[in-house]
Amino acid sequence: MKNEFQVIAELIEKDKKVLDVGCGDGILMEFLKNNKNTNIRGLEISKSKVQECIAKGLTVIEGNAEKDLKQFPDKSFEYVVLSQTLQAFLNPELVINELLRVGKKAIVTIPNFGYWRVRLHLLIKGTMPITKTLPDEWYNTPNIHMCSIKDFVYFAKSRNIKIFKSLAINNQNVSIINDRNLTIKNFFADLGIFLIEK
Amino acid sequence: MNTENNIKTLIVKKPLKLDCGKTINEFPIAYETYGSLNKKKDNAILVFHALTGDQFVTGLNPITKKDGWWSYAVGPDKAIDTKKYFVICANVMGGCMGSFGPSHEDPNTGSAFGTNFPVITINDMVNAQYNLLDHFGIDKLFSIAGGSMGGMQVLQFISNFPDKAKTVIPIACTSSHSAQNIAFNELGRQAIAADSNWKDGDYSSKDSIPNKGLAVARMAAHITYLSKKGLQEKFGRKLQEREDLKFGFDADFQIESYLRYQGSVFVDRFDANSYLYITRAMDYFDLAKQFKGNLSDAFRATRAKFFIISFTSDWLYPTQENKDIVIALNSIGADVGFVEIESDKGHDSFLLDVPDFLSALKNFLDKSYTEN
Repeated sequence: MKNEFQVIAELIEKDKKVLDVGCGDGILMEFLKNNKNTNIRGLEISKSKVQECIAKGLTVIEGNAEKDLKQFPDKSFEYVVLSQTLQAFLNPELVINELLRVGKKAIVTIPNFGYWRVRLHLLIKGTMPITKTLPDEWYNTPNIHMCSIKDFVYFAKSRNIKIFKSLAINNQNVSIINDRNLTIKNFFADLGIFLIEK
Repeated sequence: MNTENNIKTLIVKKPLKLDCGKTINEFPIAYETYGSLNKKKDNAILVFHALTGDQFVTGLNPITKKDGWWSYAVGPDKAIDTKKYFVICANVMGGCMGSFGPSHEDPNTGSAFGTNFPVITINDMVNAQYNLLDHFGIDKLFSIAGGSMGGMQVLQFISNFPDKAKTVIPIACTSSHSAQNIAFNELGRQAIAADSNWKDGDYSSKDSIPNKGLAVARMAAHITYLSKKGLQEKFGRKLQEREDLKFGFDADFQIESYLRYQGSVFVDRFDANSYLYITRAMDYFDLAKQFKGNLSDAFRATRAKFFIISFTSDWLYPTQENKDIVIALNSIGADVGFVEIESDKGHDSFLLDVPDFLSALKNFLDKSYTEN
């Protein structure tokens, strides 16, 4: 399981009810179910990935986060997880609002557009950055609303969203982001993980 | 119809109050089973059939001598694996394969009920079939499953008996029959009524049954079970055993010939009055209405695990109607999974060899069973 999922799983206590938005093939769901006794549900847009989840015995709904989150009642999950998909939505702000409505807390991870390799790629090559976490070309990327760790922190502040915990991942290293080191983490981390609440 | 042979029948001797207000005191339910019930009696699956189905789910139907209607899905090693599960299916009330229906003899007159048979509902059907649980000594079914009208029965069953099934699989169905579907059913009924042999349902003399009307009803309905793309790919404008158009009203096109054939074989196995009664039951189905307009309330008492399946090209029970059930379940935090299967085969997809559907069904059942 990738490091990111390990970090997400550590943020979630045992025996909670969790919704994984954009759950993919259900790796994180399966881990939470087996190791944290999580009552876990998934929402996934890809039919083939929904099939993979069903084959793992996971409860998944085929659907689109921008349209289908509204069917869940307020605060019906302890945690709602959104892993590396915020940047792919037409309206990320609306999705964040929905995550925080449906979940008591939300865990959001973002590929950091402030990462030094991303900056360097654009600076030196003058073309849209391609990295391990952002592997697509500009013309076929699903990512239409990229942001940096700093952007996300500023966004949360402007919307009165509480950030309980923010973590930076750089390769295998996980570190805590705080007000003092924000600029540095925004430069060196390729992924940001945020535990938020409203 | 002489269908007495090869039909297992449970005679229910408990009064059943029907939605129409009448009470029936003793009635037969014809059923069939596949596989065997284990010692713990925790491997039973009650399958519900659709409008024109019957209890003969798989293998050779002893009456029609054709494959059972869900042969692709049910059988040894299939999605609903009869090596593992005990599958029960009953002919619905109002049907014509041995269960209490309009072709049964009315004790008051000595001839068939015909349209004197009470109008029955999906609710009446599942209440009647519930007696099979007692008959087999099953406290809780492992699963209930069905497509189309079978799916409606699944929804009604779990609503009526919330703790009697662990898993619930409504397929290609709806919680409330749409105006379009009522319209199609009415077309079928009017086709039957327009046949001079129908005689207000009193056609028990075998030589004059409303075959033509019933065949037209079937032809019209059959179109709704397919998709435009599926029809176009299978038939297009291909001609039927001729080089060119004949400038007449014979079946020039293969699609015409195909529909005529579907109509003609249908009348050999189905009763026109049953067609009226069962389509009526579908039209009356509105689960939300039973709960003052709140569909979620229909499922509030159950802890069962739901798996809802729809098909992309099904325009009779489109994905959105299936999703409405998912939404109602999610809004009360029920355990519900949902997938829309890609298929060009229209509403009939659930009866056909659609691998993604069959693997989803199998995976859901087998995984849920091991978690038991």
